[in-house]
Amino acid sequence: MNNYSRRDFMKWAGAASVFSAMGWPLGALAKMGRSAAKVVVIGGGYGGATCAKYIRKMAPGIEVTLIEQNKRYTTCPFSNTVIGGLKKIEDITHGYDNLRNRHGVNVIHDIAEEVNPAKKVVKLKGGAKLEYDKLIMSPGIEFMWGKIEGYDQAASEVMPHAWKAGPQTTLLRAKIEAMRDGGTVIIAAPANPFRCPPGPYERASLVANYLKKHKPKSKVIVLDRKDKFSKQALFVSGGEALYPGMIEWVSKSAGGTVVRVDTKAMEVENNNGFTYQGDVINVIPPHRAGTIAQRTGLADKSGWCPINQTTFESRKHKDIHIIGDSAIAGKMPKSGYAAASEGKVCAAAVVAELGGLNMPEPSYVNTCYSLVGPEYGISVAAVYRLTKKGITPVKGAGGGSPKVADSTFRNMEAVYAQGWYDSTVADMFR
Amino acid sequence: MRRSIVTRFIAPLGILGIMLLPTSVSADELSRASMLSYTCAGCHGTDGISPGSIPSIGCKSADVIEKALKEYRSGKRFSTVMGRHVKGYTDQEIQLIAGFFGTYCNKPTKK
Repeated sequence: MNNYSRRDFMKWAGAASVFSAMGWPLGALAKMGRSAAKVVVIGGGYGGATCAKYIRKMAPGIEVTLIEQNKRYTTCPFSNTVIGGLKKIEDITHGYDNLRNRHGVNVIHDIAEEVNPAKKVVKLKGGAKLEYDKLIMSPGIEFMWGKIEGYDQAASEVMPHAWKAGPQTTLLRAKIEAMRDGGTVIIAAPANPFRCPPGPYERASLVANYLKKHKPKSKVIVLDRKDKFSKQALFVSGGEALYPGMIEWVSKSAGGTVVRVDTKAMEVENNNGFTYQGDVINVIPPHRAGTIAQRTGLADKSGWCPINQTTFESRKHKDIHIIGDSAIAGKMPKSGYAAASEGKVCAAAVVAELGGLNMPEPSYVNTCYSLVGPEYGISVAAVYRLTKKGITPVKGAGGGSPKVADSTFRNMEAVYAQGWYDSTVADMFR
Repeated sequence: MRRSIVTRFIAPLGILGIMLLPTSVSADELSRASMLSYTCAGCHGTDGISPGSIPSIGCKSADVIEKALKEYRSGKRFSTVMGRHVKGYTDQEIQLIAGFFGTYCNKPTKK
């Protein structure tokens, strides 16, 4: 067996870096009169908060400023447990104190309004201007209001999207709680690519879980702009086992594409002119890279941001890196977990470049748990490498939970789902 | 408590110390081993110290971690998701990950 000692390990894994680290002060950072490199991170979610923390962890000498509009952050992961009544919104809401106090990240609660890539300055809504050596954007998504006729921001107060967690999550929960027994909950799911591929189906499952207990004559209809979806076989078999007959899925081919909503009549219309009536209607509208990324000209025609998949640096502007849902990160999904993984790779790229060091070969992972029921968890995993085709899953690895498994296995994965949530949050905020 | 390579090897030399301090980087935080191991932290917690139901892997010996990973990969040891993960790594990568967590013991500070 191998016997490791720290010295051997460092000799093996890190020896080359010793010399490059010695070259550090002579590298790109050694601008006269400047004591520290400045990194600004826009967006304090899974991508941005994790990236900010890991930059400080790798290079405590770098000054990191995080711009986040909300004082407290409500996670999209696990927000379906709030909608399904298993958790309270406080359970999935977290603060920035540790990032500030323990990791020395300068957290500013404001909105980044404008970026000047030539002058390398970020202008905040509050008026402040921040200079940067490197800018990292993790701005999540922007909804394309009006793409579905009648579905604008005002309509989302009647038919919540609940696809950015927070007040919208609570609103959707309240509407489901207030619904009569025998009512219909409609979930309109978007086309690919979109934030959180298994999200609409976990939502349908956990809403059904609530309805089965409290309003058993009710049903859930998922109207989908796709013909297949993430973890499909697992969701379908889990749903049939736990909530037989309660969830109806209408695929794209079967007329699932919602093209118009009517908030007064509480109905949605599909592309064949057929209308569905709902007592509660959840519309997840089409979306694209976050507003500040759009405004800075970082997105392409697809609406998402092309990047160098090793460093996450924008293909449009130098020294701006984009991570998370906004980025086109090869085959990685738009998930919080993926965003955090991207944040760590991006942190390494930024630290290496600022320090004149070689960036190690990147490694990326996605692991995503969903709850079909409180004691029924499923997961999907992937390990990614950089290939000529970009970020690519390793063949033979990853994949979903077994299609056939006993209740103990499903229960274990439900327990791990909570552990997964706790760890991701700790990796961002603790 | 772990010590970064900068404090171990470079700071004692005294040269350029003042310039080094504000920009020091922990070289062991920026290695192939760390890049691989940071991905583990998503589920196992920062530095492998888990706050919840997923087992911690920090501060375990490298031999124990390497053996476990290889047994997950072969299916000799039961897992829910670990087998699916470890199939994505080579023997050498497993050794780097095991070595990282085996030598990297950063006990969490009190909440």
